Amino acid sequence: MTSTLARARCVGSEVAARYAESVDRDARFPHEAFGALKEAKLLGVMVPRAHGGDGASIADIVAICHALGQHCASTAMIYAMHQIQVACVVRHGEASAWHRGLMERLVGEQLLLASATTEAGVGGDVRSSVCAVERDCARFTLQKNASVISYGADADGILATARRAPDAPASDQSIVVVLKGDYTLDRTSGWDTMGMRGTCSEGFVLRASGDVAQILPASYADISAQTMLPTTHLTWAGVWLGIASDAVARARAFIRAEARRKPGTTPSGAVRLAETVNLLQLMRANIVAATRDYQRAMDSAETLTALAFAVAMNNIKTGSSEMATRVINHALLVCGLAGYRSDGPYSVTRHLRDAHSAAVMINNDRILANTAGLLLALKDEPEIFA
Amino acid sequence: MNELSQQIRLVLNEGGTLPVDATTLNDSDDLYAVGLTSHATVNLMLGLEERFDVEFPDRLLRRRTFESIDAISAAVNELLATKKAA
Repeated sequence: MTSTLARARCVGSEVAARYAESVDRDARFPHEAFGALKEAKLLGVMVPRAHGGDGASIADIVAICHALGQHCASTAMIYAMHQIQVACVVRHGEASAWHRGLMERLVGEQLLLASATTEAGVGGDVRSSVCAVERDCARFTLQKNASVISYGADADGILATARRAPDAPASDQSIVVVLKGDYTLDRTSGWDTMGMRGTCSEGFVLRASGDVAQILPASYADISAQTMLPTTHLTWAGVWLGIASDAVARARAFIRAEARRKPGTTPSGAVRLAETVNLLQLMRANIVAATRDYQRAMDSAETLTALAFAVAMNNIKTGSSEMATRVINHALLVCGLAGYRSDGPYSVTRHLRDAHSAAVMINNDRILANTAGLLLALKDEPEIFA
Repeated sequence: MNELSQQIRLVLNEGGTLPVDATTLNDSDDLYAVGLTSHATVNLMLGLEERFDVEFPDRLLRRRTFESIDAISAAVNELLATKKAA
């Protein structure tokens, strides 16, 4: 079998690209791309080989997000959000027979997992919950007014956060995994947005019940710090880099075409393009370095729960999201009206609309405020090659 | 209960770090289970630095350092011992 990245590139260019416009126009789930991703067995790649998967690393997943993001941002973002859930199961479910069984099903049935972390009434703070897991012997029930469950209607399962028990404080949370048949969804809001329209990030009331074995054995605090937060920021950054890379590719094609038309003269946008390529390199280097840092720290719960690591991951999110729109804005200037058009080979309008989601998916101001708090405690500057 | 753990309880209560009264807790109770958030640990640390005139180095800024009054006592004791030796 060819590498996971080669398979993803193929799905991206052959399928996701072809339907990206219709997914965006109609704000619909990218069924064709996900049919192809499932056929290419790309949904369960992070599952360890012992459970039938490819044992793909975080770097492999970021690379796939980047490859898909160049063709259809919604497809890439859904893929990223799915892999965040898979990462939580893979890294925190090994001790539980039910979750080991789920890993095998993720590979065998290519299940698509969504996430219900945000909740009405907590003001966007995913680290606190109103709803609680209610246990009754071997069963649990959960009702959550989830302000967003991206692609909830098209997922095969959902990871939901909730207070560990009805008497637990808001910050003492668990994650439960519920699969189709365990839950009902009542839609409370639609998704008609500027960009990322195919993610269908609608609101739902989730009503679920299941076996207590479906509750992930670790606390959400650990899962969040060690896996969900870094995987989220790195895979999202991979998606944004993919969007920005394609916008820059279009700007480069535009300038080459200009240069061919008037041989011997440097096109007026060429200098701006040089600056754009420079910015893209900064963005890529930042993401690659942080992915390596995470990979190196992965087996050390100590490092992953350190404040310094949280700051580094926060910075990847805020930095990459800001850089994405900056790079695409530059590409727009390079392409001029050809970039501003919504059609044609040099259009970067969808790129720009999709990339603007980056600053508000977990609002950058919220993350910067969190970083500001952490910096009150941190003292030392890490060494350059630490 | 020794004096150090009592002082730590005062810091916990002064900063409004916990949704519960710290004097009702045992030294070994899991503070995260009674509502300590990662954001609140920053204020807790600042409060401890002020009260004991110590500085928490980055290596101690981990979740486990603040997980119980016992764990905080161990960290503060270590910092006080280092200060004395210096």
